[in-house]
Amino acid sequence: MMQETLPQLNPTPGAGHSDANAAAEPLVRIEGLTIGFPDETGERFVPVVEDAGFVVHRNEILGLVGESGSGKTQTSMAILGLTRRPGKVMAGHVIVDGVDVVGLDEAGLRRVRGRKAAMIFQSPRTSLNPLMTVGDQVARVYVRQRGMNRRAARAEALAMLRRVGIAGAERVAGSYPHQLSGGMAQRVMIGMMVACGPDLLIADEPTTGLDVTIQAQIFELIQQVQAEARMSVLLITHDLGVVAETCHRVAVMQGGRVVEIAPVEELFARPRHPYTVRLLGAMLRPDRPSGDTQEPDPLPERLDIEVGGRRYEAVSVDAWAAAGVGLPMTIEVAPGHFVLCHEREDGADAAETER
Amino acid sequence: MTDYPAANAPLLDVTNLQHTFQTGAGRVFAVNGVSFRIDAGEAVGLVGESGSGKSTVAKCLVRLLEPSGGSMRFRGADITHMNERSFRPLRSQIQMVFQDPTMSLNPRLTVRQTLSEPLRLHKTATNGNLEARLHDLMGLVNLDRRLLGRQPHQLSGGQKQRVGIARAIATNPAFVVLDEPTASLDMSIRIQIISLLRRLQDELGMTYLFISHDLSTVRHLCNRVIVMYLGQVVEEGPVEEIFTNPKHPYTQALLSAVPIPDPARRGQRRRIVLPGETPHLTAPIVGCPLADRCPYVMPACRQGTIPFFDIEPGGHRAACLLYAEDRDAVAIDGSAESARVSRSEASGRTGSD
Repeated sequence: MMQETLPQLNPTPGAGHSDANAAAEPLVRIEGLTIGFPDETGERFVPVVEDAGFVVHRNEILGLVGESGSGKTQTSMAILGLTRRPGKVMAGHVIVDGVDVVGLDEAGLRRVRGRKAAMIFQSPRTSLNPLMTVGDQVARVYVRQRGMNRRAARAEALAMLRRVGIAGAERVAGSYPHQLSGGMAQRVMIGMMVACGPDLLIADEPTTGLDVTIQAQIFELIQQVQAEARMSVLLITHDLGVVAETCHRVAVMQGGRVVEIAPVEELFARPRHPYTVRLLGAMLRPDRPSGDTQEPDPLPERLDIEVGGRRYEAVSVDAWAAAGVGLPMTIEVAPGHFVLCHEREDGADAAETER
Repeated sequence: MTDYPAANAPLLDVTNLQHTFQTGAGRVFAVNGVSFRIDAGEAVGLVGESGSGKSTVAKCLVRLLEPSGGSMRFRGADITHMNERSFRPLRSQIQMVFQDPTMSLNPRLTVRQTLSEPLRLHKTATNGNLEARLHDLMGLVNLDRRLLGRQPHQLSGGQKQRVGIARAIATNPAFVVLDEPTASLDMSIRIQIISLLRRLQDELGMTYLFISHDLSTVRHLCNRVIVMYLGQVVEEGPVEEIFTNPKHPYTQALLSAVPIPDPARRGQRRRIVLPGETPHLTAPIVGCPLADRCPYVMPACRQGTIPFFDIEPGGHRAACLLYAEDRDAVAIDGSAESARVSRSEASGRTGSD
């Protein structure tokens, strides 16, 4: 199940959205990440993430998309060393600002969590402490992470609540999480995490359960705090509309693998992996009339790719077993556009790969 | 309200529907004077955000909730307070598909048992043709008949929702209420369920009321849309009219918030942000439910009941004084003038291709 050699997704300089980042070492570099959970016998580990790799540049919003079970949440949890037992990281590296999080002890992880990488979750109200006022929770971050005294921390907490767009910050600071709406609670969570001053903010489906008008406000806030603090954001979502409007680059996961990475315009305009083609084909566009939405034709499971005179094919991960493919490799098909492919064997049936 | 002769009656006619809940924090006015009609063969989208009352309307229609006021007529017959016994024959005609198929299917029953139950109860099938009817049903929703022996936990999310749909259509209902039937499904499954619903409607001539906050899905499934805010209908009309020419400020804000999966259009859209969030209603609203958040609010908006104004022939209407014919009577302080100017700007930018 595990591979001996771990091909890496190794974006070349220039993969970032701005020239300023391109030269710098990326903030996060994930290489050959494999996370497994024990099977029913408890003897073998079944990978839920396998040989995954991507980088997060400084000052960018990277979208991580995929459907349920694609491994996107597990991958992001590994960045904070939050892989829960009985799951474990079986191979690979997660390098956050020069520190490999894999194998780091609790003390080491504490230095990464908050300062270097912070995370907001799907259900902000359950992520907040129900017994503590909102203002005290935000103030505590300044006491713990910044070493401020209580009075200064309180003042900073109020300023932060205003910065994340909470109307009546004084009143809200004195309330408890259950008194907040879902949108307000997510604003408070974002404020708390930004207060840590992280280099990376991980947002895992941060608007699940929120109304569409509130969702729009939360994503605007995330873009605003990202730009102000010049931090990086890893945005986990299944919503391609959100990706199109919020992210600079996108990584697509299927079956525990990262199958395609590209700048957002490039990915939407020229998807190369069959799974990405399938995802984009399943979009219902709110800005187009329905026409004759028919049950979509089955999409191809393999697509031809030719780079520098060499022929490859990108194969949907769920078809790998049947296709009997060899080791996958990551190919750069256009600047900053990476696709997980297999080398075409000579004599492969060309008709099979037709779109 | 006069009685319609059954032959000409709309399939469903809802008039001034009210529903209030008693909670620890007081009385909540969930549905506040909602009226609409649905003709046979339509697919009507009922959209709105949390607190709009759309799900409460749906539950009243299938009689999971008892309305506090108003009336509901199905094929001309008043079903508002019909007792269970009189309603039972109509139950086979009014069915519901629920949001979460995992919660709405009995985990201990096989697919065969789940689908046989409505067929037996409503005597749609006899013992002799039960198996054939089950196979028909499975075929209609594109499920392999070998799945009949499975229990819900042995099915995928998409398969479970197909079973939920098969159960709803087992009795050949005339009217199906779909309560966010794709909310818990992945996108590639969602489009399959939507196409399935469209095909079933074509083939079986059912009428849908589709409750959803997912406006993309509504645009692709429905031919008419009703927009609710805070327990009231604020706008309704043909689906393309509503999406390309929304008139009520709430509809405009709602549509402008939907993310468009096209990076090329990024930054080209102006988002209309309403200040604040949907409040909780503890008293009936006087005037327009949006008055406290509306950028175009006028003094008259806080008085009486806001009537509907026709926008276009074909049933596009909005409950908003910006569209009153005699605007001078409405615009007491001239604020309507500026509101009209900015409204025309707004309607230009919320439209779509």
